[in-house]
Amino acid sequence: MLRCNDYIFAESLEEAYELNQKKNNVIVAGNGWLKLRKRQWGTVIDISRLCLDKITENDEEFRIGAMVCLSDIENHKELNDYTDGAVKESLRHIVGTQFRNCVTLGGSIFGRFGFSDVLSMFIVMDSYVELYKGGIVPMHEFAKMPYDDDILVSIIVKKKPLRLAYSSFRNQSTDFPVVTCAVAIGEDIITTAIGARPAKADIRTDGIDACRDLKDYAKKTAESFDYESNMRASAEYRRHIAEVLIKRTVEKIEVRYGNQIMDK
Amino acid sequence: MEIKLWINDKLIIDNVEPDTPMLEYLRDKGCYSIKRGCETSNCGLCTVWLEGKPILSCTLPLMRADGKHITTLEGLRKEAAEFGEFLADEGAEQCGFCNPGFIMNVLAMERDIENPSDDDIKEYLSGNLCRCTGYTGQFRAVKKYIAYKRGVKADE
Ligand SMILES: Cc1cc2nc3c(=O)[nH]c(=O)nc-3n(C[C@H](O)[C@H](O)[C@H](O)COP(=O)(O)OP(=O)(O)OC[C@H]3O[C@@H](n4cnc5c(N)ncnc54)[C@H](O)[C@@H]3O)c2cc1C
Ligand code: FES
Ligand code: FES
Repeated sequence: MLRCNDYIFAESLEEAYELNQKKNNVIVAGNGWLKLRKRQWGTVIDISRLCLDKITENDEEFRIGAMVCLSDIENHKELNDYTDGAVKESLRHIVGTQFRNCVTLGGSIFGRFGFSDVLSMFIVMDSYVELYKGGIVPMHEFAKMPYDDDILVSIIVKKKPLRLAYSSFRNQSTDFPVVTCAVAIGEDIITTAIGARPAKADIRTDGIDACRDLKDYAKKTAESFDYESNMRASAEYRRHIAEVLIKRTVEKIEVRYGNQIMDK
Repeated sequence: MEIKLWINDKLIIDNVEPDTPMLEYLRDKGCYSIKRGCETSNCGLCTVWLEGKPILSCTLPLMRADGKHITTLEGLRKEAAEFGEFLADEGAEQCGFCNPGFIMNVLAMERDIENPSDDDIKEYLSGNLCRCTGYTGQFRAVKKYIAYKRGVKADE
């Protein structure tokens, strides 16, 4: 349960940032994860009145405010058209409708959770994190950065022509995933993200020719990641599932685009 | 802290502790339909609507409701009773503990999706856990209820 001495609606990003510099204060987004922490906070900083709950779009990019909830992303037509429905597929298995109406993209990406479907999906695109003080950082770099007291303002997804697909494997629906997999095929490269290993998602990028022999590509790519065991699955099981998911995820793109997959 | 909100269209201006959970606050205001079935946002028993959208009252902080409208089952008695009859007809409940949260989400879905497919129904309601039944009774009840609301006959 969230415990605090004070609760403030920040009136500006600067105010939120200043307050967040105190170790005992914390930003609240959807409170999905934060409420599970057993800690008494000084001030909880609510950033929900800073107009960060909008998705905007121009010819070059989508800009998704940190406080946009997962269901608004899941139901965003243009973003799903751009990703061939991959974004929806990555989100729709997360707990339930009511939960996804609460939790946010900012909280999901800032958290950089090992199990994150959200990070696995966004890291494979040409995407960036906009930090209030830290500026604009590529998502794959942000995923590796240590936690600090900056504020995540928005996520930027460049409209690079990509063919995208997403798959995850769960022992039981609505549970955390055992392995996640996102694939992006660009002009002459293929990028694959594997997450929930249970370490946080990471990517491998190869020339498009690498996946001409799909079985071999899936095996080699799956083997290039590290896996660990936990209560949901062993490391070896995860490695095997990752190989299967990579193959199936590339096949989803093949089914959609046929031979044109290699001829972008 | 001062908070101003509407619970089932009744304006309330109150003074609360900054970390008052929304779920406990609503129960203190007499909305006993709302249950805490878990501590982890998984069960859906605490479902209420915030500005018409189903959310988990165990999860969003109460202060997020400042200036907003909350709807609970107590505010939807007629519709809840109507759907409750479909549940009863299908023998779709045992202990009934999961019912209020489930009903809140079914009523939200009925507003949200014009003609939900079987998959839409399963997906929309996947965050409502029931530990007694196998969900098939509820599923039949939801399908028949939606068909009744749309004035068509449910396929069995
Ligand atoms: C039971 C449960 C099951 C889940 N299952 C899945 C799953 O299957 N797949 C999946 O991908 N995810 C899953 N999640 C994670 C969930 O989707 C969210 O990512 C998570 O709840 C964090 O989002 P939030 O909005 O709730 O953030 P909060 O919990 O409010 O915040 C999380 C952290 O990020 C910080 N923070 C939040 N926003 C900002 C910001 N803008 N700038 C700086 N710091 C910020 C907070 O201070 C806090 O430390 C699950 C979570 C729970 C509780
Ligand atoms: S009490 Fe279980 S989801 Fe809210
Ligand atoms: S009827 Fe008992 S939990 Fe659903």
